[in-house]
Amino acid sequence: MNIPYTVEIRPDTGLANGKLGIWLFLASEVMLFGALFSTYIILRNGAAEWPHGELSVPLGAINTVILISSSVTMVMAWASLKLNDWAKHRLYLIATFVLAALFLVNKYFEYSDHLAKGEGPWHSTFLAIYFTLTGLHGLHIVGGMIVMAYFIGPGAKLWKANADQFANRIEYTGLYWHFVDLVWIFLFPVLYLL
Amino acid sequence: MHSDHGDVHASVRKYFMIGAALLIFTGITVAANLMHLAIPLAITVALAIAITKASMVAAVFMHLSDEKKWIYGALLLTVIFFFVLMSVPSFTNMDVIGTHEPAIGGGEHPAGH
Amino acid sequence: MDNVSSHGTTAHGHVHEHPHEHAHEELGWWRKYVFSVDHKVIGIQYAITGLLFLLFGFCLMMIMRWQLAYPGRPIPLIGQWLGQARAPMGIMLPEFYNQLGAMHGTIMVFMGVVPLAVGGFGNFVLPLQIGAPDMAFPKINMASYWAYFLGGVTMLLSFFQRGGAAQSGWTSYPPLADIADGQTVWLIGMVFLITSSLLGSINFIVTTVQLRAKGLSWMRLPFFVWAQFVTSFLLLLAFPPLEAAAVLQLMDRLVGTSFFLPSGLVISGKPLAVAGGGNPVLWQHLFWFLAHPEVYVLILPAMGIVSEIIANNTRKPLWGYTAMVYSVVFIGFMSFVVWAHHMFMTGMGTTMSAFFQTTTMIISIPSVVILTALLLSLWGASIRFTTPMLFALAFLPMFGIGGLTGLPLGLAPSDIHLHDTYYVIGHFHYVVAPGTIFGLFAGVYYWFPKATGRKMNDLLGTLHFWTSFLCINLVFMPMFIEGLAGMNRRMYDGGMQYKYNASVLHWNVVQGYAAWGLGLAQIFFIVNFFMSIKWGKAVDRNPWEATTLEWSAPSPPGHGNFLTEPIVYRGPYEYSVPGAARDFSPQFEPEKA
Repeated sequence: MNIPYTVEIRPDTGLANGKLGIWLFLASEVMLFGALFSTYIILRNGAAEWPHGELSVPLGAINTVILISSSVTMVMAWASLKLNDWAKHRLYLIATFVLAALFLVNKYFEYSDHLAKGEGPWHSTFLAIYFTLTGLHGLHIVGGMIVMAYFIGPGAKLWKANADQFANRIEYTGLYWHFVDLVWIFLFPVLYLL
Repeated sequence: MHSDHGDVHASVRKYFMIGAALLIFTGITVAANLMHLAIPLAITVALAIAITKASMVAAVFMHLSDEKKWIYGALLLTVIFFFVLMSVPSFTNMDVIGTHEPAIGGGEHPAGH
Repeated sequence: MDNVSSHGTTAHGHVHEHPHEHAHEELGWWRKYVFSVDHKVIGIQYAITGLLFLLFGFCLMMIMRWQLAYPGRPIPLIGQWLGQARAPMGIMLPEFYNQLGAMHGTIMVFMGVVPLAVGGFGNFVLPLQIGAPDMAFPKINMASYWAYFLGGVTMLLSFFQRGGAAQSGWTSYPPLADIADGQTVWLIGMVFLITSSLLGSINFIVTTVQLRAKGLSWMRLPFFVWAQFVTSFLLLLAFPPLEAAAVLQLMDRLVGTSFFLPSGLVISGKPLAVAGGGNPVLWQHLFWFLAHPEVYVLILPAMGIVSEIIANNTRKPLWGYTAMVYSVVFIGFMSFVVWAHHMFMTGMGTTMSAFFQTTTMIISIPSVVILTALLLSLWGASIRFTTPMLFALAFLPMFGIGGLTGLPLGLAPSDIHLHDTYYVIGHFHYVVAPGTIFGLFAGVYYWFPKATGRKMNDLLGTLHFWTSFLCINLVFMPMFIEGLAGMNRRMYDGGMQYKYNASVLHWNVVQGYAAWGLGLAQIFFIVNFFMSIKWGKAVDRNPWEATTLEWSAPSPPGHGNFLTEPIVYRGPYEYSVPGAARDFSPQFEPEKA
């Protein structure tokens, strides 16, 4: 049974099903992280003092650079498909995956640094919201990596079977990935700088 | 759609330019932090830069600048509710909106109110 | 139900173009009935699971009702099996009462009503009503059911933990919920249920936007579709903050954070060894940000069902369809900015209190518009008192009572007296029990012929209706009296310990009997339901002579739903069109030459 508009675009809405679907999912994610940002605001407003300098700004900045670069490689992975350049697509998609892994490695060092000093989420509301926000963000990175791994691995077959559908799926993965980058664009100044 | 080769090539240039711009803005935001501005100003500057960066990612990488009405509509709704969720709970802590009295709740204040 | 996947030619299938598709149709039993991606099967799975949970939640309430009517008396029959931790010598412990209360609410709301109303009716009816072959994302649809199932099982298993199930109310307020027993498993169960909801809501929205049949413009949609569409947006945008809050509460419980624990908290004489600095009211904000739109999730699908049935059984178009559509969209939007009317007693300042009172009063307007439109739809109608129509008609005054009793709760001064009393319980049960659940019963009787090809028995249906209607009012009406007298909710002894309750305590006994009557009344339904699957009167595809698209599909519809591509020629409620040959002009029938 064929579901209409899975790949081809519905004329009056201008959308394929998956495009609308992924944007709706991202809308729900905005509300998810929004709740945590709201938590940050309320807890910080209610605190007598708020820690500064507990986080490594250089590490955070490097991670920001890593994630922004991964957004560039991700959109290039999709654009390469549109230009029918399979090799470039593979290069960029794998690069995105590697950059994501690098981000997580940095996070590992950050976390273990704090935990070694006994400064876990239980230590203060600042660290609690820091670990929760970056932890949830990190989980989203892992999720993105799993999807990328699928499209690097077994999922790549779809390019031969249905090129348009494969390109769409890479586009949707990209939208998700850019959102993950977007969240970090706010996380970095809010947690590390302010 | 972006199936035209010329279109996509132009977009590719844009992607790298925006990527560079994002890295520059990252540098700016770190530099601004080093200036140790007063808190309200620091927050304003940091958020302004973040919003600028986010808009670039959304408009160019996520193709939002030429997306369809349904997407915009869903996002507009989301943004409205996002701002409600950001601001209204804090307002309920601030007894004194609309009056001239100093705040009883909210602002720097011993924790646990 | 063994002709769900028939081999008929379907409009959207490729019968002769792809021969191997025909072979696909031969699915094994597990793929056909258990791990199905067909929206009809998934809808029925949701509906049956939801009905079972409703029954279970009802039973929890029955045990509570015994304790409330006869505090401290051993529970008959089952008291001996409940064990030392719950009811030593058959006498209910307060902790167990609290578990029953928290789980009754949780199960009814998240595992009963919403899965039936949205997962059940939404999944089964929506694609049919818009002329689609299935949902936009059938595999995600299946995933959403199984996430719900896992969440439900998690919640049920929570009763068997040491320390019992969650016992801090379905509202799970900290500090209590941060430290009380049973809460961790509740939070994990909620994560599954919320995931299910999110997957489902994305599916519903994309399906409605993208898969409408040719000619089915937005203002030709049945009101049921609009109701489900708005409901899906509520689920999509309001649930994530509760998911975040659940994560935070899990962190407080498992990792030792203090998101919701203020500094200096002392428990049983001992200061709590946490960092402090948290805010208990933060939980309330995040919880009610979801839970207020959630109550509209509870009512809107039922309004949708009732609207379909009223149009069909008055043989007239719905009065004020356009106003109803704008109202339901407006309700959806406003539902996000009223939540703190559940928090008037948390010490917020008068300005924000005024803000929330204002928005709450405003949101009552579109609700009244919808109710009025439905009432006006009855004017000058040729009413057919079918079983679905009995329940749909009763919905109107019952929802009216529920809605009107909400007004003093939405105004802070009166809420001071009524907050956390039985008045609140009476209010919300009126909306959801004789309100929504009656609407859902109406839906079962109405769409049963589409799902099975047979009608349910009318006599049993009438008996089910009248006994339920009588008993349900006897259960909930006294709650307003109790509440006005000041009887608090969540008191395991029924309020006995407070002198001011003395004059209203006897109502607990009345409600106990009425609850039993209500339970027995459901036997008519249960017997009717199962009997009719096998022996109900066989009917053709449009037994109600209705106008909407689902009635053009076979009963039950095969895989892919429609034999020819549906095309829509007119609005959804073209009944009694002057000059037409019959008293109904279906959406799917072309104009006769």
